[in-house]
Amino acid sequence: MLVADIPQVEVWRSHREQLLSSDVEARSSLLHERAQDTRRSIVTMISHAGLGHIGGDFSVTDILTVLFDYVLEADPADPQKDDRDRFILSKGHCAAALYSTLAHCGYFAVSELTTFMAPLSPLNGHPNRVKIPGVETNTGPLGHGLPVAVGAALGARLRGTSGRVFVVLGDGEMQEGSNWEALMSASHYKLDNLFVVVDRNRLQQGARTEDTNGLDPLDERLASFGLEVRSIDGHDYAQLIDAFAPSTSGSPVAVVANTIKGKGVSFIEDRVEWHHKVPSPEQTEQALQELS
Amino acid sequence: MTQVATVADAPTYDNRQDFADELRRLARTDERIVAVCNDSVGSSNLTGFRDEFPDRLINVGIAEQNMVGVGAGLANAGLIPFVCAAAPFLTGRSLEQVKADVAYSQHKVILCGMSPGMAYGELGPTHHSVEDFSWLRALPGLDIVVPADGAQTRSAIRNAVADPRPTYLRIGRFKVPAVSDPKASLTRGRFVTAREGTDVTIIATGTEVSRALHAAEILADQNISTRVLNAVYINPLDKAAIAAAARETRAIITAEEANVSGGLGAAVASYVGQLERDARVPLRILGLQDEFAPTGDAQFLLDYFGLGGDKIAEAAAEALQNG
Repeated sequence: MLVADIPQVEVWRSHREQLLSSDVEARSSLLHERAQDTRRSIVTMISHAGLGHIGGDFSVTDILTVLFDYVLEADPADPQKDDRDRFILSKGHCAAALYSTLAHCGYFAVSELTTFMAPLSPLNGHPNRVKIPGVETNTGPLGHGLPVAVGAALGARLRGTSGRVFVVLGDGEMQEGSNWEALMSASHYKLDNLFVVVDRNRLQQGARTEDTNGLDPLDERLASFGLEVRSIDGHDYAQLIDAFAPSTSGSPVAVVANTIKGKGVSFIEDRVEWHHKVPSPEQTEQALQELS
Repeated sequence: MTQVATVADAPTYDNRQDFADELRRLARTDERIVAVCNDSVGSSNLTGFRDEFPDRLINVGIAEQNMVGVGAGLANAGLIPFVCAAAPFLTGRSLEQVKADVAYSQHKVILCGMSPGMAYGELGPTHHSVEDFSWLRALPGLDIVVPADGAQTRSAIRNAVADPRPTYLRIGRFKVPAVSDPKASLTRGRFVTAREGTDVTIIATGTEVSRALHAAEILADQNISTRVLNAVYINPLDKAAIAAAARETRAIITAEEANVSGGLGAAVASYVGQLERDARVPLRILGLQDEFAPTGDAQFLLDYFGLGGDKIAEAAAEALQNG
């Protein structure tokens, strides 16, 4: 099991305090810097490992940045704290984005990121809670995170703790039936402490979602399952922050985060082949420049 | 032939009742205990639990994948979830959730497979759970516990609460007699010796333990001394007891209400087959011989697949004779 990097936790804490005391514009600017930093880290990790899912990593980066830097009530120095907010990355193939975010918060040392997918590294291609603090459940096969999030939200309520549960799913993942089973339960139990975030980048591994097994009208479908739906620009920090405000309906909240797969790098954006393509050294250089 | 009161004539019980009573009793003093089910409040004998703890009975409806995921989430939140469903659907429909959310994630969920084996009889192979051992033995980090009677069922639940860990608990519906010391507690990873013997060993699990004891009575009439090991734990496997049986008796018979492809017998064979040459013994593996069951009630099907005491005894005698 990796352990917290306390000096890094302190850096993260002061960054968080700065965010909390900033106005909307300054806050967005700070979050953007942080997200671009994460994207550079992702490119470097994937380029070095020769493996990864860069497109989905980039579409989810802003969501993760806002959650971990601003929204979640969790302590990287005490990752098992009973009443913590819980975060589950159901689209576990975007592990590089999660690892980079966790390391920046100090859940473990940033230097560990160089071992991404290397032999015997705790940083597997999909996250493992047994080895990585800040990971709540092992994901990878799609359609697993949301049922676990429903259980965790129900558990927090039964135990009378204040913790909320945030789960991020890929949009293609919404084709899995288990998610709709879980949405029915979330709504039935009125889990207003649950936030279901869909990274709506409109691409899945092989093609556009709407050309594969169409999800639209996704907002209406989620609403018809009883969720309070908030459809936003998933790269707009102010909108993301607002989307994580408490439920106003007593129902679980669905945040449909409209995003661009590959966001931030011109030749990767909205291109199906960059689901898990690995950048060449020249492309890596160009990507790092565009992200700086 | 001497006639004694045999295990075959003893009164029999449905283990689900002991399961329900013990869970309810423990839940009164341990608020972490919750039950999760799939519209199986009745068939999992959870009616009393629901009436006493309505908030702690989570019925997700007919949605087994979600049920197991929810169980993992409840464990993550610090509760001790007993996830109860008919064994074929719990293990078959949600196998990937059992793998990823419970075993690989090491969430401390107690998966309670109700009415396993061929308990559903005439309802057929869709409702039989005879593949569960084969499927679940392939998952590292998941205990497989098969109580053979009511007392062991209660002990298994007490252990699960005292030391929660990812577990598959097979709770029989097919009525069985008491075969264990009611005051004894189960020890993780250990078989229970149900009868001492020196010629042959029968390793039986669940419903087959009383049948193995019956077989031992038949064999005693033939002057064959039979050791009966009750395989309460299939994972972790009691390798020491198996090695001792291989060393001290001349053959091992396994008996399980499951397909032989990857169950108890396969586990024993895998271990014994890798012992050094002089430590190995002949084996016979009794169970469903890789075929779906025909129509019939549970009793009929157990006999059909040669899982009654008389056929177990025949297999033991044959193994001793032919090696």
